[in-house]
Amino acid sequence: MEKRTGRTIRLQKKIRFAGCASIAGPMEGEGPLGSCFDQVLEDDLWGENTWEKAESKMFYEAVRLAIAKSGMSMEDMHFLLGGDLLNQLIAASFAARQIDIPFLGLYGACSTMAETLSLGSMLLDGGFAEQVVCCATSHFSTAERQFRFPLEMGAQRTPTAQRTVTGAGATVLTSKYGPGPYITHVTIGRVVDFGIKDANNMGAAMAPAAADSILTHLEDTQTRPEDYSAIFTGDLGTFGLEILRDLLIKAGVDPKDVLRDCGAEMFAPEQDTHAGGSGCGCSGITLNGRLIPELQKGELDRILFIATGALMSTVSSQQGESIPGVAHVVQIERGAQ
Amino acid sequence: MESYEAKKGEPQAKETAQAYNAYILNRMPKTKVLQGCIKAFIVGGLICCIGQVFIEIGQNYMGMEALDARGFASICMVIIGATLTGFGVYDIIGKFAGAGSVVPITGFANSIVAPAIEFKREGLVLGVGANLFKIAGPVLVNGISASVVYGLLYFLFLR
Repeated sequence: MEKRTGRTIRLQKKIRFAGCASIAGPMEGEGPLGSCFDQVLEDDLWGENTWEKAESKMFYEAVRLAIAKSGMSMEDMHFLLGGDLLNQLIAASFAARQIDIPFLGLYGACSTMAETLSLGSMLLDGGFAEQVVCCATSHFSTAERQFRFPLEMGAQRTPTAQRTVTGAGATVLTSKYGPGPYITHVTIGRVVDFGIKDANNMGAAMAPAAADSILTHLEDTQTRPEDYSAIFTGDLGTFGLEILRDLLIKAGVDPKDVLRDCGAEMFAPEQDTHAGGSGCGCSGITLNGRLIPELQKGELDRILFIATGALMSTVSSQQGESIPGVAHVVQIERGAQ
Repeated sequence: MESYEAKKGEPQAKETAQAYNAYILNRMPKTKVLQGCIKAFIVGGLICCIGQVFIEIGQNYMGMEALDARGFASICMVIIGATLTGFGVYDIIGKFAGAGSVVPITGFANSIVAPAIEFKREGLVLGVGANLFKIAGPVLVNGISASVVYGLLYFLFLR
């Protein structure tokens, strides 16, 4: 059987989720998914003296917890793939200096979780490793200071603005025999830019990339949205999700109620985050804290996980550049139990 | 594949980008402008009233001249704005009031104190020192530049 159909990679081996961990910030813990997470922080500094160190600690602890839950040890891991939103990936790489696993730092903005899973599953499928650990983290306070204003600034946010999720999600993938869920297909996204320049409207900037990847995946795998229990995008937010729905319908694919978004479901409306959550931790903790356990319990059967990334920087925004988006699709199936 | 020169710095296709931007603008949830204006008017007005109270106190009870009383009121308002920022209250006011709490001098204090708190970890020189005017700096630069232009025009034509 071909390993590639169009842009979609069909994994030959059974790549399974051996251990999942999610660590969430205080506000995420108060949200509707609060009870899903392995650990909810009481304070977003987590005993450190800077937020950056706290984010790095989240990465480290999430990786450690995922490995512990898989019943394996650090020495069994052949690669660590991870990333975050900070310049030069300091949260991930500073955590990695305390982890003795060969490390690949990946920047895909908020698409990092799917990016690490994609590459990790390909490493396993290719036989280059037997166990890999993937991790993505983001932190509200570090992202605010890097991309926006100081925390105590009394500025108003627009209705489409989203709140960066404080959280780290880690997954241990293995090609060894065992119970699912399994990753079956992966579609790596193209960078798509429809010319949105408003950094407070990242949902609209990323929606075309998500649409492109989803349509490609459906075509390559000869499936329709009804074939999935859910199609979860990463952090389009409430507005971006509406736009994606429009774009898919325009392309002749009606996703109906199958299409959902991690960011749109991260916070309750009364938490007043405007369009919802964002950041690579958003899809990271939703996947590891909620979706994988639901697949294990049989509440979901077959899903598409599409983490979406807005690939801008503060420099590009100030220079008036538009925001390119990217979205990677990971198909996950419960498999025969 | 087209050459880099042909595609450089352009989103996928110019027409697509224009059409998409127009569609997004149309579809976007709108900021409630009138509601925002009313909130800003009430809170901004309230802040100014408090300032006026300090002017009255200065003039009537502390024996100040009008000009001195205004300076006194400004100092009091800056202290209040800075203190509220330090206690994490001003951003909550700002979320509600928008321009109502940004425009008065208390907002200026907020825009200086907020980065000062934020960049403490990077040290006194390269952290606080370099970032203190991160928000207020552009306002000061452009405000002072505008005042120079205005002063020149006044000097040349109206004097």
